[in-house]
Amino acid sequence: MKINAETLKNIVRAIAKTRPVEIGCDECFEELDRFVEMKLEGKNVSEAMPLVEEHLERCGNCREEFEALLLALQATP
Amino acid sequence: MTERTNKEWLTALRGPEADQAISDLREILIRGLHYALSHNGELDSLIEDFAQDALLKILDNLDNFRGESKLTTWAQKIAVRVAYTELRRKRWKDISIEDLLPEDSGSDFTPAVLTDPKSSPERSASQKMLLELVEQLIQESLTPRQREAIMIVMVGGMPLDEAARRMDTNRNALYKLIHDARKRLKQELLSQGFTTDELLAAFETPEM
Repeated sequence: MKINAETLKNIVRAIAKTRPVEIGCDECFEELDRFVEMKLEGKNVSEAMPLVEEHLERCGNCREEFEALLLALQATP
Repeated sequence: MTERTNKEWLTALRGPEADQAISDLREILIRGLHYALSHNGELDSLIEDFAQDALLKILDNLDNFRGESKLTTWAQKIAVRVAYTELRRKRWKDISIEDLLPEDSGSDFTPAVLTDPKSSPERSASQKMLLELVEQLIQESLTPRQREAIMIVMVGGMPLDEAARRMDTNRNALYKLIHDARKRLKQELLSQGFTTDELLAAFETPEM
């Protein structure tokens, strides 16, 4: 098995950023409606909900849905 | 459309004449999905299906709404999840796991970093050593299930929910499995003398 060097570099970065405690997709989803409203209100989500923000940085699926939800809410205030 | 508070939404959706509230909510979901998915073409017919599937989930889960956001935000969150799960399934349905994974070509391991003119020979050598070590740890330190997850998601690039479906698990459990694998790999690297900062800096471009 030969893994592409660029992919391995991304894996090293992901390993380096790994925390002992991370929330999963379910917990992120539970909090996402509150998180997105705070974000739209301009509140400091990094301080209020750091684990959700970190999960969104790591998880492509959740980030994609968060960005879509932001767009949907902008269409339907 | 009638503006409603959360309490009014819940009362209306649970009431004997819920039809109007359901119709209003469907309209909100469809409008939101149109906006959210506007970068995807050919979706108009699907969006109504997504909204209908989401409505069923929403009505089934009204008791789980905690009231920490607007009910419509919570409902749109569910609609977006329904839509993206289905879109990913459609997008990936013809792609097999074997298609995604690198073949063992037997060729020399020559990371691109070695050809980076900005890297000194010493830095290139240490980068190459780190990459080889990580690849070895993936092969030798993880459980077969953890290795499978890393290979499908982090190497193959398959979305978590689609990978979970094929591995007979769910997205949350797969995230946790990969988190455990990352923790294991980090622990191994730290035990071999690397620090977190060194790992973070290993592939940053040095200041010129």
